[in-house]
Amino acid sequence: MSWVRSTLEGVWEFVVGDDWVTAVGVVAALGVTALIAGAGATAWWVMPIAVISLLALSLRRAAR
Amino acid sequence: MSGTEFGLALSVLLACSVEAVEALTIVLAVGTTRSWRSSFYGVGAAIAVLAVLIAALGPALTSMPLNALRVVVGGLLLVFGLQWLRKAVLRAAGLKALHDETATFAAETAAARSADERSVAGIDAYAFLMSFKGVLLEGLEVAVIVLTFGANQHRIGLAAAAAGVAIALVVLAGVAVRAPLARVPENAMKFAVGVMLSSFGTFWGAEGAGASWPGGDAALLVIVPGLALASLGMVAWLRSARATAAAQRRASARAAAGELA
Repeated sequence: MSWVRSTLEGVWEFVVGDDWVTAVGVVAALGVTALIAGAGATAWWVMPIAVISLLALSLRRAAR
Repeated sequence: MSGTEFGLALSVLLACSVEAVEALTIVLAVGTTRSWRSSFYGVGAAIAVLAVLIAALGPALTSMPLNALRVVVGGLLLVFGLQWLRKAVLRAAGLKALHDETATFAAETAAARSADERSVAGIDAYAFLMSFKGVLLEGLEVAVIVLTFGANQHRIGLAAAAAGVAIALVVLAGVAVRAPLARVPENAMKFAVGVMLSSFGTFWGAEGAGASWPGGDAALLVIVPGLALASLGMVAWLRSARATAAAQRRASARAAAGELA
């Protein structure tokens, strides 16, 4: 089963890389956008704010 | 060609050029020290695997409902784009070493010289495997970018053509200089690709999740420069924080030296 594990680890490393918090943040931001848009409100502003915030937080973690 | 299609082609061209430069360094190092024939077999095998991947996943992606496709594509482009942008900003701010193709070439050449001689059917196993691995790994990210951009716009052909042009340009430049392409402004290209991937990911992800952009496609004309400016601002912020930390360390060292004296 070691090849299954190494394949899964490879896929994780390839898609998510070394910052899983940002990947989770992207999924959460898309979910919040869907919730707001589903309620009939204006939702386009969520993603730009989320992307800039996620990048800034990721850089702050990396710079420490 | 529409503005969105131009953005698609430019993003794929830049991303593919950067990855092709890195793959070329490995193939050049292995080819010059071991065997050109075995290296080319490795390159051919990797291109075949990538082509099968694109041919298999392309139709599967294009057959998805548009909104689901946009959420998946937007999410993937954002995860990839933010990784590219984060590394490019850290390099521009001096917090991460710049990619040095000359040093990589020297390291790969030394490793190729010291590796065991093992041939299978007249093919140098080391040269084949290193070229195969280098081209496959560098090409995978480009394949995902080609597929996601192309599928979302139903222009996989255009995305593949842009990737082909990038590879041809890098190979021609490599043949012309017969050395790794160390003068390519790799970090600036990675910064631009990170901004483009993240911007398109933001746009398509929000649309797929049900949001409507003011101005439709024209919103990209604000998102792309807006994210580029914000990222440049983050480079300046990190440089300033780094300079402040260095000044504080020097002041502490002087104070400690003064106490000792």
